[in-house]
Amino acid sequence: MGRYAIRRMLGAIPTLIVISLVIFTILELAPGDPTGTLPLTVPPEVRENIRETLGLNDPFFLSWLKWMRQMFISEPLNAIESVTGLQIGDGERLRIISWASRGPAVDTIVERLPQTLWVLGLGFIFGIIIAIPVGVVSAYKQYSIFDNAGTVISMIGYSVPVFFTGPLAIIVFSVWLGWFPSFYDTTHTVSDWSSLVFQMKQLAMPVAVLSLFNAAALSRFTRSSMLDNLNEDYVRTARSKGLTENRVVMRHVLRNSLIPVTTLIALQVPGIFAGAIVTEQIFRINGLGQLLISAINGADYPMVQTLTFIFAVLIVLFNLVADLIYGILDPRIRYE
Amino acid sequence: MADRRGSSEWLRRQDRSTQPARVAADPVLEVAGLTTRFDTLDGMVHAVNQVSFTVNKGEFLGVVGESGSGKSVTMMSILRLIPMPPGEIVAGEAIYDDRDLLKIEIDELRHIRGAKIGFIFQDPMTSLNPVLTVGFQIEESLKIHQQLPTEDRQARALELLELVGIPSPEQRLKSYPHELSGGMRQRVMIAVALACSPQILIADEPTTALDVTIQAQIIELVKDLREKFGTAVIWITHDLGVVAGLADRVVVMYGGQIVEEALVGELYASPQHPYTSGLLGSLPRLDQRGTELVTIKGQPPSLYQFPDSCSFAPRCPYAFERCHAERPPLLPISPTRKAACWWDVETGSPRDGV
Ligand SMILES: Nc1ncnc2c1ncn2[C@@H]1O[C@H](COP(=O)(O)OP(=O)(O)OP(=O)(O)O)[C@@H](O)[C@H]1O
Ligand SMILES: [Mg+2]
Repeated sequence: MGRYAIRRMLGAIPTLIVISLVIFTILELAPGDPTGTLPLTVPPEVRENIRETLGLNDPFFLSWLKWMRQMFISEPLNAIESVTGLQIGDGERLRIISWASRGPAVDTIVERLPQTLWVLGLGFIFGIIIAIPVGVVSAYKQYSIFDNAGTVISMIGYSVPVFFTGPLAIIVFSVWLGWFPSFYDTTHTVSDWSSLVFQMKQLAMPVAVLSLFNAAALSRFTRSSMLDNLNEDYVRTARSKGLTENRVVMRHVLRNSLIPVTTLIALQVPGIFAGAIVTEQIFRINGLGQLLISAINGADYPMVQTLTFIFAVLIVLFNLVADLIYGILDPRIRYE
Repeated sequence: MADRRGSSEWLRRQDRSTQPARVAADPVLEVAGLTTRFDTLDGMVHAVNQVSFTVNKGEFLGVVGESGSGKSVTMMSILRLIPMPPGEIVAGEAIYDDRDLLKIEIDELRHIRGAKIGFIFQDPMTSLNPVLTVGFQIEESLKIHQQLPTEDRQARALELLELVGIPSPEQRLKSYPHELSGGMRQRVMIAVALACSPQILIADEPTTALDVTIQAQIIELVKDLREKFGTAVIWITHDLGVVAGLADRVVVMYGGQIVEEALVGELYASPQHPYTSGLLGSLPRLDQRGTELVTIKGQPPSLYQFPDSCSFAPRCPYAFERCHAERPPLLPISPTRKAACWWDVETGSPRDGV
């Protein structure tokens, strides 16, 4: 399985190269110009100069290759240097520079990453933790009050967008009830118990909104997968052996049911990124999502490219992880 | 195969009766008036209608009948293994060990399932869990019903695999069902059913999916088990040939009812129900080469109505008015046999006095 994982990772490289080319092409075709935001008093020659120094006049393919070198060679080397403290080469490498901040794009990303990971990661994990038990119980007690309530709630969770549930949560829980802060304080650091409680409080709403969205489809899918499996002959065999219902469900049915659920979780990952971007806007979390939106608004192409590309890498990575979990759950899958 | 069984330590330990137990009229299971139906979108399916029969200790009971006659549903109802809903056991009792399996608490029933009554299901391809190893699935019932240390359990699972004639059993314990052929899976199913040496083994067409040589081996195996453990066997099949060679008694089902019950010799010699005659007539025979096989004309009965006349009447050459008006109950004809028919084939006239 280790060899399979390595082969899959190597196989992902061409995919990622194509993705980066697609991102580049789209941005090339997109209207917008980083000098467009400059005051009108700036004379055209100066604008032209700026465009020249930013490399905007370079041929498309050349600027792509330049970015590729920065992304795949300079930035990883730089990351290694800053993590290990080693000095590789002369350290004089061209990094991806944001047009807006004039600083290295990756540094800004690293700075914004923790907030996003908190919200997105917790939303993702809670989504799964809620969805699977709910799906299991709904299937086992099909058409019960619990199941019907679950159907209604997930219907709402799935069809009402985050940009509606988010503000609704703010109005109810921050404005009316005053339980949670309405926006996320990025500068907050957890040092003791009360600051941890505050961190929990400010995470509560964005995580809840994201979890609801993630859990909605997943719980229904778990339910239908469980129902399919509950009708299988092997379940009858398990019962004929005198097993408790609990054991029949947890040992026999659940594992079989989770096989297709894993696929759905992997397929949901891009949607979770999209949801996180919107959620960050609503709760004013200055994470990667907000960074991406402001970079798009400011026509900060290197930043957009780099961020989009990092999202792509993460999605490819999640697919690989899902495939490996699939193999652990299902002995019929062999990695050859 | 024989010496492998002979060398089995476990077999010797478990060997309770050295004589082939054929104690007559010592019932281990008494089913009476069992009625099961399915509430489907197309209407109520009356799958099993007032079925009564008994199985004696160590007896081999053959159950025959065409497809859809309710053989599987009858046996699964006894252990409450039918899907409920849509299934519902509306009436009847199944007495085992002075308890009615249809009424007792599910927790009590669980101690009987697998431990006292083993079930081999019809389809070996789907009846094993695809994500669990063979060893796990065999050991599981041992774990549930007997407090044994892990090593003993493993040793026992190994012995069971040897017992059912699976080659290289140590490796097979670690195999998953998809790595085994249909015949091997059926043997694993048998090993699962036998794990706790049950008193009753219900085998639902255990050999239909297998080729003839393997069929023969499995039949030998069950015969052997029965002699060694005194297990009562209920063997469901389409194959009247298998029944002739194995069974003590036979029950014939038609349209969710038992239409005839007899000792195996009697049944073949003089069937009392026209349906049984038809079944036997459709059996190819070596001594009558070249004669055309007789088939029973007409369609199997619809199960959408509860039968208030004889279900076989529309296909029956002897049917007369009473057959279309009244459902014949399973009538005792002699101490050993019963038939559900208004016509007496012995006298060639309607039965009188009933
Ligand atoms: N889950 C179910 N829902 C609805 N009807 C069912 C269900 N299970 C069985 N039946 C019906 O019950 C009747 C008896 O089925 P059963 O499986 O007992 O037949 P059988 O005698 O075992 O046939 P075969 O020899 O083909 O196995 C059939 O008409 C079948 O359609
Ligand atoms: Mg059947």
